[in-house]
Amino acid sequence: MPSTCASPLLRVRGLTVSYDAHSQQPVPALRKIDLDIAPGEVVGILGESGSGKSTLALSILGLLPESAKAEGSIFLEGEDLSRTPESRWAEVRGAKVAMIFQEPGLSLSPVMRAGDQISEVIRAHRSGKSKQRKKEVQSALKDAGITDVNRICRAYPHQLSGGELHRVAIAQALVCRPALVIADEPTRSLDVTLQSEIQNALRDINRKYGSALLFITHNPALLAGFADRVLVMYAGRIVEAGPVAQVYRRPLHPYTRGLLQLVPEPLQHSDHISGFAQRERLPAIPGSPTRFDQLGGGCSFEPRCSARTADCHIESPEEIVPEPDRRVSCFNYGN
Amino acid sequence: MKLSTASKMWPSMKYLERRVIHAILLLIGASVLSFLFSSLAPGSFFDEMKLNPQISSDTIAALRSQYGLDQPLPVRYVRWVKSVLRGEWGYSFAYNQPVRSLLMVRARNTLLLTTLAMALAWLIAVPVGVWVSSRRGRWDDQLASASTSLLLSVPELVLALGLLYLVIRTHTLPVGGMVSARFDRLGSWGQVSDLAAHLIVPVTALVLASLPILVRHVRASMIEVLQAPFIQAARGHGIARARLLFRYALPAAANPLISLFGLSVAGLLSGSLLVEVITGWPGLGPLLLEACFSRDIYVVIGVVMASTLFMIFGSLLADIMLVVADPRVRTDHASDRA
Amino acid sequence: MGIETAATRALQPALMRVRGLSKRYVQRTPFSRNKFAIDALVDVNFEITPGCLTALVGESGSGKSTLASCLAMMEKPDCGEIWFEGKEISHWSHRKLAPLRPKIQMVFQDSAGALDPRFSAAQIIEEPLEIQHRERGQQLRARACELMVEVGLSPDWANRSPLQLSGGQRQRLAIARAIALTPSLLILDESLSGLDLSTQAQILNLLLDLKATHSLTCLLISHDLSLVGQVADFTAVMHKGRIAEHGSTSQVLRSPQHPQTRKLLASVHVLESSFRTARAGGRA
Repeated sequence: MPSTCASPLLRVRGLTVSYDAHSQQPVPALRKIDLDIAPGEVVGILGESGSGKSTLALSILGLLPESAKAEGSIFLEGEDLSRTPESRWAEVRGAKVAMIFQEPGLSLSPVMRAGDQISEVIRAHRSGKSKQRKKEVQSALKDAGITDVNRICRAYPHQLSGGELHRVAIAQALVCRPALVIADEPTRSLDVTLQSEIQNALRDINRKYGSALLFITHNPALLAGFADRVLVMYAGRIVEAGPVAQVYRRPLHPYTRGLLQLVPEPLQHSDHISGFAQRERLPAIPGSPTRFDQLGGGCSFEPRCSARTADCHIESPEEIVPEPDRRVSCFNYGN
Repeated sequence: MKLSTASKMWPSMKYLERRVIHAILLLIGASVLSFLFSSLAPGSFFDEMKLNPQISSDTIAALRSQYGLDQPLPVRYVRWVKSVLRGEWGYSFAYNQPVRSLLMVRARNTLLLTTLAMALAWLIAVPVGVWVSSRRGRWDDQLASASTSLLLSVPELVLALGLLYLVIRTHTLPVGGMVSARFDRLGSWGQVSDLAAHLIVPVTALVLASLPILVRHVRASMIEVLQAPFIQAARGHGIARARLLFRYALPAAANPLISLFGLSVAGLLSGSLLVEVITGWPGLGPLLLEACFSRDIYVVIGVVMASTLFMIFGSLLADIMLVVADPRVRTDHASDRA
Repeated sequence: MGIETAATRALQPALMRVRGLSKRYVQRTPFSRNKFAIDALVDVNFEITPGCLTALVGESGSGKSTLASCLAMMEKPDCGEIWFEGKEISHWSHRKLAPLRPKIQMVFQDSAGALDPRFSAAQIIEEPLEIQHRERGQQLRARACELMVEVGLSPDWANRSPLQLSGGQRQRLAIARAIALTPSLLILDESLSGLDLSTQAQILNLLLDLKATHSLTCLLISHDLSLVGQVADFTAVMHKGRIAEHGSTSQVLRSPQHPQTRKLLASVHVLESSFRTARAGGRA
């Protein structure tokens, strides 16, 4: 069982999602996901394309397409979201759980001013005067790290730089003080120099307002020193979970190990980086992420695994708890 | 100014100034072309008179020279331009008056009809289009699709005739014309209701003819926008459905609709010809038809120029609206190499 | 590769060289007379050594893509010289440049946008071969499949549309198309941005393989110094349209001169060294 705290903010049990559920070949996206998030916690989801991480985020927000079928339960602050009617969803989204989408340039309306778009979120959840809303918008932008608030409020998305767009998206998500903020690859399209700034903005919000943060990324290095716990996803399942420091120091699952090896190894000189270990070849994990239609009966990572044995092809490993606070789904973990 | 200096100055002139010059050039071109084409058509106004044995050919020749029809084309063109600048816009042989006063009355009648029809059509099409775009594939969307297809396949002519037939059989509305014979004797309320009663058939015909295209365009544009990521993101922030459609999706879908609106405005003078002729509405349509048949060339040219003017105005209006409505166009920079 | 080989390679004549390259874009707002200029490139001096992997690193807006466009002869600079294979080509007409174009190929960032979705994977690779009359008929398809295998795509996917491929597979396809004409220089403009870490590693390995087997010269443009710093022989850092620093990678990273280089180095994402040593110890 996942490590439980007394009253988790988010409790997901047995979440299974398939797309095109009524067609000939339903595509499984998530398989029996169990997940807990405590209030104020920063949890990282580590996964590549096709791992189902975005589907997980969409499921928590109830934004799956109509053709998708979801089973299992999602409890947010004790409320069962899987039984929520559409009318209630509009109150939950943005107010209790909010999402920062992957490309803010695309997730903002191109014909509305940035300030208005943030104001709309407030308007959807609270009644009040527009002056009051304007103040809240400005304070949200300041929290997100914007200095010249007036210019940003009046600007249209195409007039803003990448970093500014990301901050507007953050302001939109936090303006109603949700208990849980989901950030889906929030730094993917940014320059490296801006990525840390955005992450810092998110961390500041987590500390200031106590919103829990679910940070989805494909780069392990972004979670180090940032997230409390990490869940590694592959082909729709959580293959490893635990506190970040422990998982990174001693990864149990071969996939986690493979991912961690890909982070560039810096050469240190005094206390700053003076280069990177030159490599003849990078330690890439062979093969591509397993496609959904190739999932057989065995472990989904088996074709690419360096530690595979005969069992791995036949059976899919169940989740075990080798140590307190750590979960892993592998027959040969730790090898 | 010299042509070379003018062409060098071209990029730095303000946009509006450029459009005005464009418009003038266009009008000149249209006038030249319509002059040419109407002169190419065989015959002249006075040919009808040739059939009458009582009028001698000398009289006809004298009439022709009086009206300047025996002059070469360029001379006639220059005289016409002078007449335009004087405010007469040429002379109508049939009505024996300057074209301008004739045009104004008829144009006013046409505009009354078409503006009303256009406004109604847009006021119905936009909400309907927005609604069905959000209900894609369901019964109301399919019903709307079927109705628009049906309306599209029926020619405007048949629509107008069908309505007329209905009205004649049921004796509910007056048939034909703009006002009744006793119009002048009615009180002001009576006049308005009389006018309205005469308007119903032609306006309905025009609205039914233009509605399907508008609805389809609104629907198509909205469907495309509704698939954009920002709509899902807004939904993810808890924005309610109605607001999502009208405050988020519709403004983003507006660009092609604005161009369409410009086309609607451009066609205000010219789009109602058939309906006017059939319902007997005294607008530009019947005037143009009459003038074509009787070779009243200056009237023809006058109507063509008026339509061109509206076309220019419509397209300029669409461009201005686009700049106002879409901030991306406003600040989007046409990049020039220095 | 070793420092010695890098040094020997550096002594060879540069494959491509630019001197004093400048390019300015002038933009105008509609309805007004205001113009403003953007200096995309300012007095750029740059060299590409043959057979090596050169990295061009900088923030967004530093001019990397403009430089790449000028090198690929897709845009003309305002002033400056471009030397390719010993000839100065900055003022050459389109017709004169035509035979040179197959020698410099480019792979873009947005693979889905760069590949026509109506074509199949094999057709995409065949297109340049056909246009340049390199192959014909059956040979065309055979060569396309060969190239697919070389970049790591299964030839069974020859009839798949690019939209059915993953991001990494699409970039492989774009690389296959680019090397179909055996270019002397392959420019990759942020082609690795937006890909997963393991896909990035695989594509980089592919480039290293191509460098080893075909002596392919690569120019890798990125905003991520840590990514290219592992495999590039030479690194150039751009800042506001100028080349801030240029030299062998180890040298540039070990003693960065320009503040921009230092800033880029400081912002890379790495794991704490404590994680690594602990892991290495734990595995033993």
